[in-house]
Amino acid sequence: MAKVLVLFAHPRPDRSEVNLPLFQTAQSVQGVTAKDLYAEYPDFGIDVDREQALLVAHDVIVFQHPLYWYSTPSILKEWQDLVLEHGFAYGLHGKALRGKTLFNALTTGAKPEAYSADGMNHADLRSLLAPFEKTADLCGMRYLAPFVMFGAGRADEENRLNIHRNAYDDLLKALVADRFDLEKASSAAVLTDVLDDFILKGEAV
Amino acid sequence: MELLSAAFVYLCAAVIAVPIANRLGLGSVLGYLIAGVVIGPVIGLVGSETTDVQHFAEFGVVMMLFLVGLELKPAMLWKMRQQLIGLGGLQVVGTTAVLAGFGIAFGLAWQSALALGMILALSSTAIVLQTLNEKGWLKTQGGQSSFSVLLTQDIAVIPMLAVLPLLALGGSHGADSHGDGHGGGHGGEALASLPGWVQMLVILAVIAAIIIAGRHLLRPIFRFIAEARLREIFTATALLLVIGIALLMDFVGLSPALGTFLAGVVLSDSDYRHELEADIEPFKGLLLGLFFLTVGAGIDFNLLFGAPLVIVGLALGLMAVKFAVLFGLGMLFKLQGADRWLFALGLAQAGEFAFVLFGIASGSGVFERDLLQTMTLVVAISMLLTPALFIFYEKVVAPRAVASSDREPDAIDSRGRVVVAGMGRYGQIVSRMLMTSGYDVVILDHDPQTIDNLHRIGIRTFYGDATRPDLLHGTGLDDADVFIAAVDDRDKQTLMVEHVAKTYPKVKILARARDRHHVYELENAGAHYAEREVFEGALSLGRQALVELGRHPYRARSKAQEFRHHDLAMLDDLRTNYNDGGVDKSYIDAMRAHSETMFEIMRADRGEDRHERTERGWNPPPKGDATL
Repeated sequence: MAKVLVLFAHPRPDRSEVNLPLFQTAQSVQGVTAKDLYAEYPDFGIDVDREQALLVAHDVIVFQHPLYWYSTPSILKEWQDLVLEHGFAYGLHGKALRGKTLFNALTTGAKPEAYSADGMNHADLRSLLAPFEKTADLCGMRYLAPFVMFGAGRADEENRLNIHRNAYDDLLKALVADRFDLEKASSAAVLTDVLDDFILKGEAV
Repeated sequence: MELLSAAFVYLCAAVIAVPIANRLGLGSVLGYLIAGVVIGPVIGLVGSETTDVQHFAEFGVVMMLFLVGLELKPAMLWKMRQQLIGLGGLQVVGTTAVLAGFGIAFGLAWQSALALGMILALSSTAIVLQTLNEKGWLKTQGGQSSFSVLLTQDIAVIPMLAVLPLLALGGSHGADSHGDGHGGGHGGEALASLPGWVQMLVILAVIAAIIIAGRHLLRPIFRFIAEARLREIFTATALLLVIGIALLMDFVGLSPALGTFLAGVVLSDSDYRHELEADIEPFKGLLLGLFFLTVGAGIDFNLLFGAPLVIVGLALGLMAVKFAVLFGLGMLFKLQGADRWLFALGLAQAGEFAFVLFGIASGSGVFERDLLQTMTLVVAISMLLTPALFIFYEKVVAPRAVASSDREPDAIDSRGRVVVAGMGRYGQIVSRMLMTSGYDVVILDHDPQTIDNLHRIGIRTFYGDATRPDLLHGTGLDDADVFIAAVDDRDKQTLMVEHVAKTYPKVKILARARDRHHVYELENAGAHYAEREVFEGALSLGRQALVELGRHPYRARSKAQEFRHHDLAMLDDLRTNYNDGGVDKSYIDAMRAHSETMFEIMRADRGEDRHERTERGWNPPPKGDATL
């Protein structure tokens, strides 16, 4: 059994159409610890010791957030700056996160086409998320492809929300049950739509 | 020696009587008056010299008006002009007419009756302003109206000074042997030989000089003196200014009180306003106190006991007449409820100007000596009764007036999710924040004036002592989600929280605490969250101080956060200690340990500050180790 930590960052959850339902899904999964960072640290006074202890106690770390300027909302950046400390997460004696897994569960406003060589961003999503991948590398963590919902603004109207919620539920449960092919997922482009390819049937690995 | 022993007696009386009177809720004025009665007529320690002392003490009134002037910007005075002329003018004229009518009916010559009416129409600026100030009623509508009337009366003294000698019986203009101090009865003498229009010109010139000098000359002078950094010389200058103006006004035959008032208004915009206030204030207080002492001491008990019913009856009759006129004017000028009562009750006495004007009037032969003595006693008694009227207002009228105007404690009809008890400075901020965020807030406060003021700006507040269970119930606490306890009185606050916690277990109680120990007390009483009232505000100011000391603003912010974190941690840690044994040795040891930690944490700045939670992420990694 793996322990999964979801760090949720959305400054206006009351106006969130997709992220809040996804967070509620995460909260309902057994074996998942789901934290709302903006609720816990409304003044950004992040408790580094507490957060580090949480990291140590979990195997899979999920950054769940809308994509803001090709990155996270500010509190999650603050969290990275403070919690992923030298001597803890990296550096000569910083080995606390070795072997753990990190990925982004995120939503984008733009459609999938925008995240391609020919699209608006001239790059796919995964390469835009390079800073997270490099961060994971430096901390000795495995970085998985992002679990993404594109075009989140219309997800509800287009009846994609519930499908995505179910997929998130499947993903988290598989991670908890150690039935997820981490190796394969770390080299994929995205986890969405092809989720079944990574979920292992039968015995846990 | 004579002077010292008299001073000793006066001060002794004040020091003993005033605190007691205050503790009993009678106000300092009544305290002084009673002290005066005791040292004068009752034990006879002072007597003959009271009149002299009184002339000296009247200077307190002059200083008081200077201070009042300092508070009043010219623009504000201009805004009050309607009240001054309308309300104040009508009061003086109306009361004079009615009282003069009574005088004639009682068989006085019309000249004496008119003089008496004018003199008795004036109220006691000293008592009323002092009381309004002490009780914090000056800013209410009733207080403001009272103030305008008093101001008009002070101005009206000038024409009265001019008219009184003309009313002399038999036309004999006796020499002004009695007039002094206040009105400057003998003042005009200096100009008396000049023709009328020259006198007028001189008076106008003096007033213009005060205004112009106040505007352009005094500021550089004060700056020069302030730069010398000799505190006592600044005080001396302030006194010199007030005394000088008083003398000048006296010289040209105007009221010194009016002159210093004018000077005060001129200086109200100046940078030195507060220093002047602070310097003059103690003199004013003492002299006023002395003045009231002499009024008390000067009461002629022989005369009083000779015909007690007549004298007291006259005093009560006088007050009834003044009250009736004032009450009527209050209605005419649309003063509401409690304000009208405050206005009419507060100004119903005759004032200290009467003593001054009586002197001039009798000197001019307007009155018989008997009448003069009787009326002096009547005036003194009416002043003596004034504090009782204020107490009557405070204890009876105000609560009832507020309660009767659709705000009966039990008739609270709006049900809010939030109930706030205590609408002082603290409760107001909390309530405003919640109300502007769109929540219905039921507010409970037991100060009628606060309620009236809030009502005026459209905030519904219910009258009631929040510590009374039945009133709390009336606020709909059953259905409320949050109860905010912000009552000033520490013990009442705790008792109230305890009651609410027991009776309404579903309501979340957020309480304002005085200090750390009060936090624990409130928590033990059942508060879900208690915060020291000054904690956050002080942190914010301390943070700004760090900025002013040269810290980077963001660094100052982290320091403040760090301090908050550790202080709250200390609050948590010490809770058990406190609840176990109060402030005992273990509590103090724990506190000391925390203080040391705090010291280390807050002092650490570069390199060594691994303690600092929020800062350590910003420490650079050791050189060469950043990326391995």
